[in-house]
Amino acid sequence: MDNQPTVSAPQLCSLPRIVITGVGLAAPNAADLPEFREKLLKGKSGISEIEHRYIGRVPAGICSFPETKYRKKKENKRGTRAGCLGVYAANEAVADAGIDFSDYKRRRTGVYVGLTEHGTAETEIEVYNISQYGYDVDYWTHHHNPRTVLNNPAGEITMNLGITGPHYSIGAACAAGNAALIQGVQMLRLGEVDMALCGGISESVISFGIFASFKAQGALAQHADPQQASRPFDMERNGIVISEGACIYCLETLERALARGARIYGEVAGYAMNSDARDFVMPYGRRQAQCIEQALERAHLSPADIDIVNTHATGTKQGDVEECGALASIFKDCPTTWFNNTKGMIGHAMGAAGVLELAGNLPAFDDNYVHPAINVSQLDPDCALTNLVLNKARQVDKVDTILNTSFGMVGINSVIIVKKYTA
Amino acid sequence: MTRDEINAVILEIIADIDEDAETTDINADEPLRDQLDLDSMDFLDIVMELRKRYKIQIPEEDYPQLASLSSCVNYLESKLKDF
Repeated sequence: MDNQPTVSAPQLCSLPRIVITGVGLAAPNAADLPEFREKLLKGKSGISEIEHRYIGRVPAGICSFPETKYRKKKENKRGTRAGCLGVYAANEAVADAGIDFSDYKRRRTGVYVGLTEHGTAETEIEVYNISQYGYDVDYWTHHHNPRTVLNNPAGEITMNLGITGPHYSIGAACAAGNAALIQGVQMLRLGEVDMALCGGISESVISFGIFASFKAQGALAQHADPQQASRPFDMERNGIVISEGACIYCLETLERALARGARIYGEVAGYAMNSDARDFVMPYGRRQAQCIEQALERAHLSPADIDIVNTHATGTKQGDVEECGALASIFKDCPTTWFNNTKGMIGHAMGAAGVLELAGNLPAFDDNYVHPAINVSQLDPDCALTNLVLNKARQVDKVDTILNTSFGMVGINSVIIVKKYTA
Repeated sequence: MTRDEINAVILEIIADIDEDAETTDINADEPLRDQLDLDSMDFLDIVMELRKRYKIQIPEEDYPQLASLSSCVNYLESKLKDF
């Protein structure tokens, strides 16, 4: 099976060029891109702790952002945490892109949101709630259905912004943010919409079950200092730090972005997704490598053309090593390709992870810095990639291309390549 | 519970649903929905909160009786007389 030729990729160069013109985000260490970039370059962790029923205190990434900037407290209470994060990030993206819906119609705008999971938190809360009333389901909230339908966070964004084009969520485990970004690109290229708000959201820190499940797998990070708990590539790592977060991009065709004089963060040059087709939780480097190769092929780039690779590495031994093996096999003769990681600073923001981490790298097109993987005291020799930027940001000669990887459970892989915009 | 106390409970529940709600100038005889930012789900929140606090069941056919502040008090007076 592995020896079969790669299915020929669509010639993306013949399709409309798609650019990123707005970024809105909430991360555990920042509430907008400039602040996020500053924290990443300084290697500043935003990880704290959360006290969970049944679990106790555990490291977690919790976002602090102006929750009532774009909607009332009442609406935040009515909706979900994912909706709250999403409404904030989507409004920030629209504002950042300078869109007032005079250039774009709301009915020609699509909202695509990647989710690792959704509804888990709300269901846990309701089960606990009825446990206080002898499990009488008369006390089960009427809000449960609208809060737990899988389109909820995307739908809350459309309600808030009055967007009447399509909205839906994409489930792709921890590759979901990238998958939604890809969906936005595809829908723009198909002409289904004229503008796309797409990205990923995670409200996972509210769910004790997500912590408990990673703990049961021996994959939940623990450390006396929460800011040192997330440590991909380090010998002392002991698992994942779960985080909430959101990152929404405003995507447009290059033609329309130029016509309205938009600032362009970068151009989506290539992407790929594939499946391991083998295991529920274990990653598979060989399939990850194929995914990277397909994205490079679609972008008409060779490995040496990539300037920054933002790794997915989450801080599990197996995951970090599989990915580094895949990267080492592809980028073996690439003296100007630099590798970094963002999860040491923000933890694993699940559905938001890929797009959030990609966003954190986009300013590198302007500042030519590669932010570091932090908390690496003793590098795992199996992760010792050449040009792995550790603990301190590194200035490089140029950054014209960024490749982002995001992989998820049940064997799903995603890669996105963004190029610095040139006419 | 007196009528004034029931009135206060309803306003307290509304304030919990929407802390920005202006409840001081409410006309007790006019529909709450015409005066506040309340929809059908919010009325279900009021029903649920009354159930949680006082273990009273309000059948769906009685929901119209919760329309205004005074109709709420009229309807709840007998149900809450022992609280």
